[in-house]
Amino acid sequence: MMDLVFSTAITFVGQATSITTFDSYALSVVVKIAFALGLFFVVPLIGGYLEHKVMGRMQARRGPVEAGPFGTLQLVADGIKFIQKEDVIPRAADKWVFAAAPGVALVPGMLIFLVLPIGPGVFALDLELGLFYALAISSVSVLGIMMGGWASANKFALLGGLRAGGQLIAYELPLILAAIAVAVQAGTLSLVGIVEAQATFTLPGTTINVWYLFPQFLGFAIFFLAAMAELSRPPFDMPIADSELVFGYMTEYTGIKFAMYLLTEYGGMIVMSALMVVLYLGGWQLLPGVPLPGCEGTGGLFDCDPMGTLLGVVITIGKIMALVFLMVWARVAYPRLREDQLQRFAWLALIPLALLNLALVGVAKVVF
Amino acid sequence: MATTSPPGVGLAKGLAVTIKHLFRYPSTQMYPKQRPDLPPRTRGVIALMDENCTVCMLCARECPDWCIYIDSHKETVPPAKEGGRARTRNVLDRFAIDFSLCMYCGICVEVCPFDALWWSPEFEYAEFQIDDLLHEKERLREWMDTVPPPPMLEEGAVPPAEAADAIAKKEKELEAEAAKQAEVTAPPAEAAAAPAEAKPRTADVKVEGAGEIDQETYDRLIAEGKSERIARSKAKSAWVRKQKEKLAAEQEAATAEERGGDEAAAAKPKAAEVHVEAGEIDQETYDQLIAEGKSERMARAKAKAAYVRKQRAKLAADAEAGAEDGGSEAGGGAPEASTPAEPADADEPKPKPADVHVEGAGEIDQETYDQLIAEGKSERIARSKAKAAWVRKQKQKLIDEGGDA
Amino acid sequence: MSDLSTRERIHPGTAPGEDIHLEILGEGDFATAEMKLSIGPAHPATHGVFRIVLEMDGERILGARPVIGYMHRGFEKLAEHRDYRQIKALVNRHDWLSGFSNEMGVALAVERMMELEVPERAQWIRMLLAEWNRILNHLMFTGSFALELGAITPMFYAFREREDIQHLLESATGGRLHFTYNQVGGLKIDLPKGFLRESARLSQVTRTRLRDYKDLVLGNDIFQARTKGVGPLPPEVALSFGVSGPTLQATGVPEDPRVTEPYLRYGDIDVPVPVGENGDSFDRFYCLLHRVEASLDIIDQIHDHIPPGPVNTKLPKMVKAPEGATYVRTENPLGQLGYWLESDGGRTPWRLKMRTPSFSNVQAIPYLLDGVLVPDAIAVLGSVFFVVGDIDR
Repeated sequence: MMDLVFSTAITFVGQATSITTFDSYALSVVVKIAFALGLFFVVPLIGGYLEHKVMGRMQARRGPVEAGPFGTLQLVADGIKFIQKEDVIPRAADKWVFAAAPGVALVPGMLIFLVLPIGPGVFALDLELGLFYALAISSVSVLGIMMGGWASANKFALLGGLRAGGQLIAYELPLILAAIAVAVQAGTLSLVGIVEAQATFTLPGTTINVWYLFPQFLGFAIFFLAAMAELSRPPFDMPIADSELVFGYMTEYTGIKFAMYLLTEYGGMIVMSALMVVLYLGGWQLLPGVPLPGCEGTGGLFDCDPMGTLLGVVITIGKIMALVFLMVWARVAYPRLREDQLQRFAWLALIPLALLNLALVGVAKVVF
Repeated sequence: MATTSPPGVGLAKGLAVTIKHLFRYPSTQMYPKQRPDLPPRTRGVIALMDENCTVCMLCARECPDWCIYIDSHKETVPPAKEGGRARTRNVLDRFAIDFSLCMYCGICVEVCPFDALWWSPEFEYAEFQIDDLLHEKERLREWMDTVPPPPMLEEGAVPPAEAADAIAKKEKELEAEAAKQAEVTAPPAEAAAAPAEAKPRTADVKVEGAGEIDQETYDRLIAEGKSERIARSKAKSAWVRKQKEKLAAEQEAATAEERGGDEAAAAKPKAAEVHVEAGEIDQETYDQLIAEGKSERMARAKAKAAYVRKQRAKLAADAEAGAEDGGSEAGGGAPEASTPAEPADADEPKPKPADVHVEGAGEIDQETYDQLIAEGKSERIARSKAKAAWVRKQKQKLIDEGGDA
Repeated sequence: MSDLSTRERIHPGTAPGEDIHLEILGEGDFATAEMKLSIGPAHPATHGVFRIVLEMDGERILGARPVIGYMHRGFEKLAEHRDYRQIKALVNRHDWLSGFSNEMGVALAVERMMELEVPERAQWIRMLLAEWNRILNHLMFTGSFALELGAITPMFYAFREREDIQHLLESATGGRLHFTYNQVGGLKIDLPKGFLRESARLSQVTRTRLRDYKDLVLGNDIFQARTKGVGPLPPEVALSFGVSGPTLQATGVPEDPRVTEPYLRYGDIDVPVPVGENGDSFDRFYCLLHRVEASLDIIDQIHDHIPPGPVNTKLPKMVKAPEGATYVRTENPLGQLGYWLESDGGRTPWRLKMRTPSFSNVQAIPYLLDGVLVPDAIAVLGSVFFVVGDIDR
């Protein structure tokens, strides 16, 4: 029995070396947690600021300008405001569930940051099962949303929660199927391993290095759409649908709990974008086939000096923001779909396409 | 309903429209830093010229919300002349408008027979206590400083009665003068036939210092046994009239000089047309007013007005210089900074008298119509455009004929 | 089930005195009950204090009942105690998006009773401003309908355009919503210098910017999926409810008093009336957007017509409508506005009855909401254009 536990633990031990690993185990743990938390609180702020600004400019506005230079501290100011607000719990609400729900939604988002590699060696953990872990944990969020919808004792919230449940189940499937195709092609579930595999992947019969975006563009598109639906981002924001359901499952939430739900959404945007960067866009590689300066490992992407590490982080975050930009762009340009249209789209279009994609990748993997 | 397009095209167009705006200048007005450019007719706050108020109570009675409070007492005025009768007159004690009740309909300003109430575009008088929105006489008087001169009227409008009277009078004078000249030189001077619209309107001429009266008129009226108040008010208006006439005559003389058969003179910008970017103030005036102990706000308002006045004069001078060089449109030459890039109507047909009336709105320009139909435009659009084209052509024809004659 | 009824007790969602009847469907553990959902009075989709009580099975609506009157201000009674000048300031507040057309309606009624000849210039300028007012109104609904369907951007574009137009109207009238520019016998004062030029320029600018709305909203596949075939209104049903304006024109009925019963000088110009085919939400929006274009066409025509002359007539000191009654019908932005003015010869009307377009339009809502889903209900609510103040008066 102990052997089994031990051997399971072995598989969870990091593969690649991380800059957050130290000789002292205790120090390593503290640094890793601090690192993941830091990522969780900083990167979504950048994404949020980008959303504010881009959305503003696309709508012939300026976006935030007052808080901090060029409005960069707007989200911090919002956070402070949320903390100051009264925390209202409806009389008819199921108090404990109501209070726990935002946390249940938020924590999975936080946990995923543990395995996200955002640069050469810049990650907390490199799990053998990284991709599996990320997808499994991310689908826990929906529990928090349904709990919130149910516990609010509000019909709008209930409808929103149920819509979220239906939507997330429907879109979990294409998301996972698309991701599996990448895992099949890379031959590993480790996120760092996938980046490594992409750095060495060449078109069959040539020496041209390409990212998985190229052979699996269909998969990328499916993953992108499914991620937006899973995050309830417009045009798939039916669970929130402010003009129909007031604010869906968030209707009764105020103050810091409401902020936690919002942070879940922004954190989710970053997580999904980061996953796409790792799965399809070559991680911290600048362009396909271009090694980072100061790096020596596989494909010129590993064992870097501090300069190369920093450059890698900047490149990853830049790619994440580019994907966030695409999500914001879609939000600005499109109206919202109807729930049944969305479900039909998932079951009749996305899932068959994802299966087809998986089959094609499997065949290609065997042939080449 | 031609709205069907292949799937995806609509989605792509949506993305295109939004990305286009990403690279455009946003239309936000940064309000506290950037002042809104409000037209002079804006109903912002009601100002009171209390000297003009005769406590007739019309405004208070007509107000739909009854938000005007007026108190007064009667005063006996000793006879102005030995042997005359003592008169009573109303003295205004309190005049207050409760802006928390006011619905800004403007009826009080409209009904005031003595021009004691005015609209000002100022709007920043929000208060933390609703009671403070009750503006008393003194506060209402202060708003008077912010009342802008009324805008000139659109072409084709009938000039206001006062201006029309003055113009008629002036025309008569000019005719008499012309007749006199005709005695000296044989042909009648052309000045009398000058179009009335080129003449400076009396209403546009602002006369400073409403307190003065025309002593002559006053004495005459008192002698006629009129009451002191009536005499004073008539004398006051007589003074204003005279001043206006004087100013108008001066301007008239100035324009007449420039009108020496030169087209450019007609294009000379009138001061009010020259657009001046608001916001700056005339530092000199400001300092002076502050030194005089005026409030910061008032000083700012006055200094702003002074600045605008100066700028206008300058721009007008510049534009005039430009017009002599053959510039076609003087107003467009004024530097209108920070105007967001809009399709400017630079290539607009030059002579554009809206008062050239074209009869028969039913006709269309067949050529334009056929061309548009050929281009695949809808029948409705083509017809309406062709109609407009016809009207345009007719107008141009009329203008050309007029020019030839 | 006890759970639901407990909540029902705490959050009744029904007006006092209204009986709550919940029908239990199914058996045993699968028993479900119809849910009553009260949309409004303060709900984002009702833009104002308008309330609809929905009976739902899941997200499908089994029955809908509009509840109006949250904003009743007693306009008709107030008007009986105001003279005609004061009424003008009152009526531009019942439909606050069509202030100019409202006050024009009252002015027309009084003029008709007094048999006043309104100067031609005033009539043309009234038409010009009424059309600009119509565009203001329609732009507002263009933005808000898209917003209700989840597209946030058109609202901002619409407000940008509205800002320019409001500035134009402010330069003439002094107001942005409540113009009070009409008066019995004409207009308060002539237009300021440069108005017509600016108006012509804005007409061009608005026309080019309309293309953005067509690309962003009308042509969007998602928008069409959300609105086509949603809430179709047959013409005979529309007419039986007294529906008018773009909502009626969408059903294919080209009814428009500007054409069928011209007032002012609408008879002298070409008034395009866009019509739809199916009367669904898409057609209603299509008509709305194309009415903006039609108004721009009219404005361009008016620019060529405005004659010189006075804009008002000499009035007696106290405006009194002679004894009698009249009914004035105008095409307000949202539909037909009727004022029934009855006077006993005094300085105030004896009775001023309003026939407001929003009130008649919302009558069709229960019919349209029968059997649709909640998101479609929003698409219907947003496309049957109404202003709450205009419903309740």
